[in-house]
Amino acid sequence: MEIIVNGENKQVPENYTAEQLVAEMALLGKRIAMEVNLEIVPRSTYDAHTFNQGDKIEIVHAVGGG
Amino acid sequence: MTQVKQDTPLIIAGVEYKSRLLVGSGKYQDNEETRLATEASGAEIVTVAIRRSNIGQNPDEPNLLEAIPPEKYTLLPNTAGCYTAEDAVRTCKLARELLDGHDLVKLEVLGDEKTLFPDVRQTLIAAEELIKDGFKVMVYTSDDLLIAKELEAMGCVAVMPLAAPIGSGLGIRNPYNIRFIVEELTVPVLVDAGVGTASDAAMAMELGCDGVLMNTAIAAAQNPILMASAMKKAIEAGREAFLAGRMPRKRYASASSPLDDTFF
Repeated sequence: MEIIVNGENKQVPENYTAEQLVAEMALLGKRIAMEVNLEIVPRSTYDAHTFNQGDKIEIVHAVGGG
Repeated sequence: MTQVKQDTPLIIAGVEYKSRLLVGSGKYQDNEETRLATEASGAEIVTVAIRRSNIGQNPDEPNLLEAIPPEKYTLLPNTAGCYTAEDAVRTCKLARELLDGHDLVKLEVLGDEKTLFPDVRQTLIAAEELIKDGFKVMVYTSDDLLIAKELEAMGCVAVMPLAAPIGSGLGIRNPYNIRFIVEELTVPVLVDAGVGTASDAAMAMELGCDGVLMNTAIAAAQNPILMASAMKKAIEAGREAFLAGRMPRKRYASASSPLDDTFF
């Protein structure tokens, strides 16, 4: 199925979890936050959270800023 | 002889801070410069921006939080780049998740690309929604007294009027407006944006501000680490001058040496 991650289309298998996505992006253990369809997905639920077709996912981190 | 008065600490949302200098983490050459300048400034609160993670394109990208660890500093996420209340609220919710529930945020909602002046209408809307959701909002705003009072009344924990446009280094454009805000509000008032050099920071403190937030003034200096040190001293000097109570301005001279017993 297709999901959108940080603005890019991505093909993933059915029942793909947030944890699998974070691992694939080499972000496991890094300080990040995730939003799916404008709702926050807490870090503690990544392993249980499965995506649906067309989900819009944003994964963010802290960068320098004023 | 009057005793040297001990200053009261800066208290924001019930937490005490020794330093009245708050700094940003943007525009530095690299992580090491960020780390050294932040240390030299003595700041305890450091702002960060929230942006998309790289999707595995650059796994060796240095991590900002190694330079400014959350164990050492109070990280203050900002809503930089947001032009709508909706984007600002989204950013704060992501930031709160990112920082394990820490809910002190710097709210800025911009209205104009050239000046980066705040859209105060959207700022008021965002502030209200964030406060309802339990955030502790330090709000970047214009030097308009009425807007400042409204932001305080709705529950912002600090009000932060700009000195001049973000990154302009022009210093305090209207000290009289800043002074009105300082006089009328009871929450901490911090000048945020537009400071250029140490004397600007000292002036903000002499006006009675509770603190100053700056980024470009340090990061864009020829020697950022030295400027950070200068700013630390300027904040302290300005604060002491304020507490000391300056002499009145006079239109005419008043000699400092005695007029009697001259031999000429």
